[in-house]
Amino acid sequence: MKNIFDFIRRHFTLLSFLLLQIASIYMLTKASTSHQSFFSAKMSDATSKINERYYNMRGYFFLRETNQQLAQENARLLNLLGSNISAPDSTVQIVTDSVYKDSLNKFRKYNWLPAKVIGNTVSLQTNFLTLERGRLQGVKKGMAAVSPEGIVGVVVDVSDNTSKVMSLLHRNSRVSAMLKKDNNAGSIEWDGASPYYLLLRNVSKGAKVIKGDTVVTSTYSANFPPYQIVGRVAEIDADPSSNFYTLKIKTAVNFFTVQFVYLVENLRYQEQFDLENNNSKTRE
Amino acid sequence: MNSLLKNIIRFVLFLLLQIVVLNEVPPVHRFIIPYLYFLYILWLPFSINRFSLLIVAFLFGLSLDYFTGTTGLHAAPCVLIAYIRPYLLNLLLPQETIEQSYAEPGVNSMGWAPYAVYVGLLTFVHHFYLVLIEWLQFGDFVYFLGKVIGTTLVSFMMIVLSELLFLRKGKYRTNAS
Repeated sequence: MKNIFDFIRRHFTLLSFLLLQIASIYMLTKASTSHQSFFSAKMSDATSKINERYYNMRGYFFLRETNQQLAQENARLLNLLGSNISAPDSTVQIVTDSVYKDSLNKFRKYNWLPAKVIGNTVSLQTNFLTLERGRLQGVKKGMAAVSPEGIVGVVVDVSDNTSKVMSLLHRNSRVSAMLKKDNNAGSIEWDGASPYYLLLRNVSKGAKVIKGDTVVTSTYSANFPPYQIVGRVAEIDADPSSNFYTLKIKTAVNFFTVQFVYLVENLRYQEQFDLENNNSKTRE
Repeated sequence: MNSLLKNIIRFVLFLLLQIVVLNEVPPVHRFIIPYLYFLYILWLPFSINRFSLLIVAFLFGLSLDYFTGTTGLHAAPCVLIAYIRPYLLNLLLPQETIEQSYAEPGVNSMGWAPYAVYVGLLTFVHHFYLVLIEWLQFGDFVYFLGKVIGTTLVSFMMIVLSELLFLRKGKYRTNAS
C-alpha cells in the first residue's frame, strides 16, 4: 500500500497529465461520434452570451449585405403572390379549388421560424453556427437551417434559449441534394478544403450535367424542404472507374456573412424518420 | 503588476484574440490557419509548479473549445505542451541562474536562439498533436503533413512578430517582490 502511494507521489505530474489527456480525448470522441456535442446547457448558454455580444456589434458591418439579401428575398416572395397573376380578359371564370387549401393547418408539412446567428466558424474542419433561438422558442433537433441565400445546416443541439447548427462545412455533414434540371439525386458533403466549395457525390453518369447547373435540396431529404438552393456546379470530376460523378459545388451561401437564418421544421419528420430506420420488420 | 492578475488578464485576452480575430480570418489556404492562443502557455512564469501548469493549460484549451464547439480538441495539445515545457526549459536554460532573476520565458531572459528553439519546438509539438487528432477523425495523409507544416510556420511567424511588436520587459525579480 505504501509503495502505491509512493508511486503516485513520485509520478504525480505524469499521472495527472495522462488523466487530463484521457479526459480531453474522451470528450472529443464522445462529441464527434454521436453528433451530440458534449455541451452542458449551462456552458453553452455562457459562451453564447459572449458570442451574442460580439455578433451584435459585428452585425453592423453587414447591415448593407443583410438588407440586400432581405430585399431580394422579399422581391422573390412578392413575385409569388397570387395578386400578381391575373388574366385581363378571362372568358373562363377562375375558381380556386379550396379542397386542398390548408384552412385548418391539416396538411401543413413545413413550418418556418426566423433565427439570428450569434456564433459562426468557417476555418475549422468541424464548423458550427450558434443561433439565438432554443427549445423554449420551439427549436428541435433535426430541424433544417436555411438562409435567404441557400441552405446552411442542420440543428444538432438545443439548449433553452440557443441552438447549435452543424454547418454544411462540417466533415460529417450529409445532405441529400439533386440537380434542378433533371432531378438526379446525390449527397452533399464537404472535403474540408475550401469554405466556398462543397462536393456532390454519387450523381449517376446518366445525368447530363454541365458547369453552372443549379443544385437544390432533393425531395428525399427528411429535414430539408425540397427545391431549396444549395449552389451551382463549378467543376465536374468524372472518375472512369466508377459510375458516378463527383461534382464540385460553389455554395450559394456566403458562410462568412450569415446573419439570419430560417429554421424549418418538418412536422412529419419523426414519422418519416421512424419508418425509414425501422429495419427490423423488413428483415424478417 | 501582480503576476497572477497579469496572467488572468492574458488568459482572457489570448482567448478573445483567437476567437474574435484569428478564427474569423478568411482562410487563405486549407493548410494555413493562424493559431496564436497557445503562446499564453509558453509565457506562463517559471515559478509555476508543474501540476498547476497542467491544470491551467487544460482549462485554457477547454475554454477555447467551448467557443469553437470542438470539446477536447484544443485541450489535449495544450496539456501536452504544458507537460513538456518544464523539461525543455531545464534543457535550454543555464542551471539556476536565469530562473532566479527573471519571471517568465522571453527573448530577454533566454536570448534569441534558445527562445526560438523553445517556441519552435513547442509550436511544432502542439500543431502535430492537434492535427493528428483531427486526422484520426477524418483520415487524409496529405492534409496531415501539409497542415502541420503550414500551421507551424504561420504560428511561428506570428509569435516572432508579436515578440517584436510587444517588447515584454524582462523584469528582474528583486527580493522585494
